[in-house]
Amino acid sequence: MKFGIVTFPGSNCDYDAYRAVVDSLGETAVYLWHKERDLQSSDVIILPGGFSYGDYLRAGAIARFSPIMIDVAAHAQRGGIVLGICNGFQVACEAGLLPGALLRNSHLQFISAPATLRVETTATRFTSSYAEGDLITLPVAHGEGRFTADESTLDKLEGDGRVIFRYVDSAGVATPDANPNGAERNIAGIVNDRGNVLGMMPHPERALDNLLGSDDGLGVFESLLARVAA
Amino acid sequence: MPSAAPRAGDPMITPELVAEHGLTSDEYDRLVGMLGRTPTFTELGIVSALWSEHCSYKHSRNLLATLPTAAPYVLQGPGENAGVISIGDGLAVAFKIESHNHPSAVEPYQGAATGVGGILRDVFTMGARPIALLNSLRFGSLDSPRTRYLFAGVVKGIGDYGNCVGIPTVAGEVVFDSAYDGNPLVNAMCVGLMHESDLIRAKAEGVGNPIIAVGARTGRDGIHGASFASEDLSEASDAKRPRVQVGDPFTEKLLLEASLELIKSGHIVAIQDMGAAGLTSSSAEMAERGDVGITIDVTRVPVRESGMTPYEILLSESQERMLVVAIRGHEAEVSAILAKWDLAAEEIGEVIAEPVYRVTEGKTVVAEFPGSRLVTECPRFSPAAREDPRIRDLRAIDTSSIAPRDEESDPLWTLLQLLASPTVASKAWAYRQYDSTVRTNTVIGPGGDAAVLRVRGTNKALAMKTDCNGRYTYLHPRTGGRIAVAEAARNVACTGARPMAITNCLNFGNPRRPEVYHQLKEAIAGMAEACSALSTPVTGGNVSLYNESPRGAVYPTPVVGMIGLIESLDHITRSTFQSPGDAIVLLGDSADDLGGSEYLATVHGLVAGTPPDCDLERERNSIEALLEAIREGCVASAHDCSDGGLAVALAECCIANVSAQTGAEIDFREIQGVSTRGLLFGESQARFVVSSQSPQRVLDIATRHGVTARNIGRVSGERDGFRLTTNDAFIDVDLGTLSTAYHDSIPQLMSATPGAVAVAETSLVSA
Repeated sequence: MKFGIVTFPGSNCDYDAYRAVVDSLGETAVYLWHKERDLQSSDVIILPGGFSYGDYLRAGAIARFSPIMIDVAAHAQRGGIVLGICNGFQVACEAGLLPGALLRNSHLQFISAPATLRVETTATRFTSSYAEGDLITLPVAHGEGRFTADESTLDKLEGDGRVIFRYVDSAGVATPDANPNGAERNIAGIVNDRGNVLGMMPHPERALDNLLGSDDGLGVFESLLARVAA
Repeated sequence: MPSAAPRAGDPMITPELVAEHGLTSDEYDRLVGMLGRTPTFTELGIVSALWSEHCSYKHSRNLLATLPTAAPYVLQGPGENAGVISIGDGLAVAFKIESHNHPSAVEPYQGAATGVGGILRDVFTMGARPIALLNSLRFGSLDSPRTRYLFAGVVKGIGDYGNCVGIPTVAGEVVFDSAYDGNPLVNAMCVGLMHESDLIRAKAEGVGNPIIAVGARTGRDGIHGASFASEDLSEASDAKRPRVQVGDPFTEKLLLEASLELIKSGHIVAIQDMGAAGLTSSSAEMAERGDVGITIDVTRVPVRESGMTPYEILLSESQERMLVVAIRGHEAEVSAILAKWDLAAEEIGEVIAEPVYRVTEGKTVVAEFPGSRLVTECPRFSPAAREDPRIRDLRAIDTSSIAPRDEESDPLWTLLQLLASPTVASKAWAYRQYDSTVRTNTVIGPGGDAAVLRVRGTNKALAMKTDCNGRYTYLHPRTGGRIAVAEAARNVACTGARPMAITNCLNFGNPRRPEVYHQLKEAIAGMAEACSALSTPVTGGNVSLYNESPRGAVYPTPVVGMIGLIESLDHITRSTFQSPGDAIVLLGDSADDLGGSEYLATVHGLVAGTPPDCDLERERNSIEALLEAIREGCVASAHDCSDGGLAVALAECCIANVSAQTGAEIDFREIQGVSTRGLLFGESQARFVVSSQSPQRVLDIATRHGVTARNIGRVSGERDGFRLTTNDAFIDVDLGTLSTAYHDSIPQLMSATPGAVAVAETSLVSA
């Protein structure tokens, strides 16, 4: 499977995503320069983490106007898979690929720490290789990760089973203390209504090797590979 | 070409103007002698920057020359943007530490942020991709709202900059002591990785080659930053806030990518950051290294605002700018690479055969210096050195005569005081604001003895750490200098790494005072001895003098940034206990070393006594023994014993890792000849706390290396708590009590004034 990793000016997890795909999954990856209009026949588009355009205005607000986003949106429209991680989640929300928005962390500080997540559903292309209720540990590293949306949108996300990762404590309970950024309902990751676009603040691409503390992120990619291969 | 003439509108050169530029009358006479005429205003500005302490090292150069700098694996020693060592497999590591003390004292957020920016540029201009950032911070007492404001602002500045550029901040140290009230120290270190073949030096070469300004436009910010950094801080310093530059990490990220692409492209011969003293020092230094002439036309420098004079353009310290010497004929290729990254590039001058440093404004010469004498003729001083007798008296105090406080009858009370002391306590409040895992190489991040990063494509890893104990250096500069090196070496050794080389950042007071120059001289001598004994040459660094506020000089603080190499990923070792049942072994000898200790400072409010002896042979032997034991696979964890002594080190081994705490059962009853207070809280050097499943093998290896080693207990379960027995004292405490003292101390102190933190939240970067 071919992964296209978009590099915006200021992206800095594009390299991590590339290494993850090539080294850990043994799949093909290409960098897609934000000014280009060519997805190079990629099956999966990754919008990586970082600080696109410095995030000086609002995270992701300028990147969504990059030329390549027209093609990324068309790819999603066709049902193609898009994985937005951290800044990529912010870009996807700004681009209207996902509902809601990411606000500044409630405690107003950047937070870099391992976070425990509960896998809320396995009925998505991104989580099929996990078991429902699995507790996984992925790093978070962001200043604007507080997912928010209006109540009806949140209810709909929940009702549709589109909240796929939630911040929880070591016992698997979604407590305020386990929430690293004040996200509504401890939401860490969601999918769009068609289930082909995932946005998540934690970094699965940083958790593929126990040498670095966790390989719990593998499930996201293995799920994708299984689904697309099938 | 006519020589430089005064420019319309420039002020007259008067003795007052010369003094305002920080030049002594001797230095001014030297300048006139070099030019054979009165300097122009522009020339005076250039010289005031280049001959400032910050750029010229005029009070330290003679001493720095005594530091050992050679080893077979050193590819680049001092004198370049960063030092470079080979780590085998065709790979090399570039690394450097630098201070941003003065800017951070008046504008903590931007001061710290631009410190990070500068050190990143120093590393990537060598051709290395930055892989890690470290920082060494000193603040006054956290009880003061001003300190909390500075601490919060500096941490946020470091975090916002490094996080945005996408380089993990992986290690460092934070020390709080009222000696740093009013003059915090902010030292930033960067480590980069490269192929040896990509090494490039900032040396202008090739007559006719174009000199190109790259990156941000030049504005009026930071003018005289270098000279500001070369004077004592005073009440008037706040008025110099405009001399602090403003950082733009987004542009830095673009510069980083573009610079590495340029270097790889082969279209350029040299590249250098426009750091302190901006265009002036970058161009003069590149010319001097290449032994060529250079001419620059300031009207071609892209500026942010109109009406800037040559003086302002030359001395601006606007951030995120680079100077590139390209190959003539390759300008279009260079521009294309920069344009890809949305960066501006403008040819502003060229390399010339004539041995002059010339600046023009259009066709008019506004500054001209003969050859490289601008750099080489800078004065050097070796002023008088004399120890302050008051410090000698402090050192002479017999610490055993200091009566314990009543509360100390329970050693647990003392232990809790030390664990909660902000210098000892967990620094997670700070490092949780730093992205430490981006680039996916971080095996051990902040909170361990040293950070460890894997080296992709090999089975190796790098260990890195900064260290210094200013109190020791204050009480006995030579010992302090030795210990800074030895402690950094021990810390990287604890992770399984062989100490390889250091970079240093020498933070001292005003060198014109004999008692300060004495400290500088002795501390450097101590560092030189330790570097020789431990085979860790100095590859570069930075000197920051005039760290004085109206309250006096800071403790002399020679910070060491150490790089260590781990030959196999299997050798990577953590500092905390791993498994209940493992034996605990103490390597090294313990004595009544309370002089200069954290215990005396925290419990008695005293900085006194003789700091612990640093026997370099013992240091070397204990490091060798530890590394052999690690290689042999018989070490489960290893922790250096430093601030707070053995009891603190043992407690840290139990509680530092919040997600995997263990208990411990310690028995010191066989240890003779040292008081309980000295044993628990003394800071004898060359000691490690090791846990092992095969303690006898560790003991045997230690014995073979002539290192004292003894089995002092075993690791127990989390619920068993921390139990420690000596001949006349007993500690039995649950882990929660220790953990609260250690982990909650700084967060509680920082939440004391949300207002102060909010001030520091005013930031450039929102995410």
